[in-house]
Amino acid sequence: MVNIDISKEHDIQLITVVGEIDASSSIELDDALRSASDEGSGIIINLEGLDYISSAGLGVFISYIDELKTKRILFILFGMQPAVKEVFDILGLNQIMKIVTDKDEAIKIANEI
Amino acid sequence: MTQKLKIRLSFLAGLLSWLLFALFDLYALFVAKYELKVNLSELLPQIFLTTFILSTLTFYRYKITKADSVNFLDLLWRVFITGLVTTIGSLIIRLFFYVFANSAISKNPITINFFYHLLVGLVIIFLISTFVIWKRLILYQKSKNLLQLWGFFEYALLGSMIFDFFGNQFFTVNFNTVLIFLSSFALILSFNLKWIAYLNFKQKWKSILFILLSGIYVYHFLLNLTNFSSTNELSINLIDRVYINAIFVFIILYAGISILVTLFNLPTSSVFEQKLKEAIDFQKLSQSIPSGQSENQTYDILLDSSMSAVFADAAFLKLKNNDNILSRNIDQNMIEEVHENVNNNSAKEIISFNFNGDFSNNKVSTSLRHSTFKSIITMPIMVKGSQHGVLVLLQEVADAFNREMVDIIVTFVSQASISIENFTLISEAIENERYQEQLKIAKTVQNSLLPSKLNTHPDFEIVAESHAAEEVGGDYYDMVESQDGVFNFIIGDVSGKGTSAAFNMAQMKGIFHSLVLQNGKPAEFIMLANAALGMCLEKSSFITASYFQIDTIKKKLCHVRAGHCPALYFSRSTNKIQLLESNGLGLGILRNSEYNDFVKEETLTYHNGDILLAYTDGITEARNADNKLYGIEGLKTSLVKHTDCTAEEIKQRIIDDLQVFLGDLELDDDYTLSVMKFDTTRNG
Repeated sequence: MVNIDISKEHDIQLITVVGEIDASSSIELDDALRSASDEGSGIIINLEGLDYISSAGLGVFISYIDELKTKRILFILFGMQPAVKEVFDILGLNQIMKIVTDKDEAIKIANEI
Repeated sequence: MTQKLKIRLSFLAGLLSWLLFALFDLYALFVAKYELKVNLSELLPQIFLTTFILSTLTFYRYKITKADSVNFLDLLWRVFITGLVTTIGSLIIRLFFYVFANSAISKNPITINFFYHLLVGLVIIFLISTFVIWKRLILYQKSKNLLQLWGFFEYALLGSMIFDFFGNQFFTVNFNTVLIFLSSFALILSFNLKWIAYLNFKQKWKSILFILLSGIYVYHFLLNLTNFSSTNELSINLIDRVYINAIFVFIILYAGISILVTLFNLPTSSVFEQKLKEAIDFQKLSQSIPSGQSENQTYDILLDSSMSAVFADAAFLKLKNNDNILSRNIDQNMIEEVHENVNNNSAKEIISFNFNGDFSNNKVSTSLRHSTFKSIITMPIMVKGSQHGVLVLLQEVADAFNREMVDIIVTFVSQASISIENFTLISEAIENERYQEQLKIAKTVQNSLLPSKLNTHPDFEIVAESHAAEEVGGDYYDMVESQDGVFNFIIGDVSGKGTSAAFNMAQMKGIFHSLVLQNGKPAEFIMLANAALGMCLEKSSFITASYFQIDTIKKKLCHVRAGHCPALYFSRSTNKIQLLESNGLGLGILRNSEYNDFVKEETLTYHNGDILLAYTDGITEARNADNKLYGIEGLKTSLVKHTDCTAEEIKQRIIDDLQVFLGDLELDDDYTLSVMKFDTTRNG
């Protein structure tokens, strides 16, 4: 079960993910990322409330990496719990995605660009 | 005694009795005529006549089967045929007397009596067979009271036979009393005519005909008997016997009443037939499913039975998700015309599949403004609460459909709906069964993709175990000796679960087996594998893998981690466990040459007693009832305890330890565990 909320702060899309992302709920994450990437502005994702993410959920993030890069859309994730962070790190996603600790840091990076 | 034997014996007894009866009677006449001094009981012919009657009765009781709704007409046909044969016999006797009317032979008492005996035989055969058939018809749908009454009547008839021994004359007081008594019995019994209701219109006419013809036989027999009686030469006169008279009265009464009742039932028989047909149609509808018929056949039965139930001139059946319209006596254009001419709101809703489920019987039948059809029934076919189709019945006469007809259609349609619902359920169940079967096959195929046995070498022992949470999974491991003394081991985990993961796992195997033979370094393998997978994996899929190359000549272990859970390496010399967590990225995450920047190869030298533990995240991500993660720490703690064991023992004990941690829970994820233990003592 996952609860995904999209809000707009200035020019940035803030996606807040709360709960668990497994194969079935990854579709909701995909919908949120799809609409946010179509919007064209920067995307910041709040993962403070994310307790668990399955490989299918990770697959959704991965499938947007290329597209967002080509569209030159800023994509930042923040607030991961240690267990979730470990999953991202093991997979090596920390090397190719912007992962920061909190919202302020994320917004700061966003504004710099 | 079998039925057949009983029939044969009674036939024989009857024939013998008749012969003896005729013989003794004629003999008695002979004795009387020539005044011979022979002491012969006058009772003998009487006795044999009685046994003849009883034998005939027994014969027909066994010969004529029970009445059944299908054989009423057969029974009447039997009366007709027996009557015909016996009447022809009787006519021949009359012909004889007609031809020899003026000759002495026709005046001779012996001749007269002989022919009379023949006639008696024929009459009794006809009377008894008809009596038995009437009995069968009366006792069709018997009650206890009726059985008692009939039993009483039969005993009374038996009694009348004994009464006949006293030589009473026709029309004496005693004779009349007994006859009236028996006749009133016969009259009461004659009103049991339930079988007539089961005849259809045509059968009713036939039975009237048969009974009427039988009446002619009876008349003819009576005429012939009285003719003989009037000669006053008879030694035994059938007309003087109450039993025979009573049977005659009974047969005539029952025949007469049957004809009257059948006649009065003629106009209503079509209604009865209609009801019977409805019941049969209903049964057909409800049976159309178990017999494995398709939905369309059910609709065909529904359409035909509904039409005949309400005498519709035309009908059609439309399904929501099917352009094919089933129709009777109406063409496509006409159907569209009808569609346009429906002006009643609820009928409109139903015919255009907008029915809201608020059903009332009086709404479905309405009038229609159309050049041909004036009345219409629109009946929604509901399956699982939603409208599946519509049944439309049309009549050329205005206000042709009454409430009762609508009720019948409602029952028909709901029965068909149940049938169709069952049908869908059954086919769904079959489909499901088929999928299960396919998955079982997939499981066997996938098991064959994993190596049944891993290579062995004096330098190391290696064991592995894999388990899929569902029938098939996405975990993969394999080992290939690419050149003498160089072994390549891969462990991988495809994202997602189930069938899609299993397909990608099969691709991984293909890639491993083709690339491993190029005998490159692990980093080269991973780069090539990423390039290959980038072209065939769907966008959101990726594979994590760890690749180990064991060079038994140089005693080196070279490895690359492509986003996979870091393997544990136990070093005997330091007694410590290190994580092989060099940087790396899952296969398929970056699908261009940029990926190669993230591939990092590491090499270490292995020593005696060192252990390499590779696994998939099913193990480290296992959670117990307290939602506590097993993690790498759990795995490490477990490994430390068992470092002195063989590879197989280590693998088994780690799984046991994990199960202890999980308690009653089961691992619900795919997991793979492989243990490699080095032994350099054997291969100097």
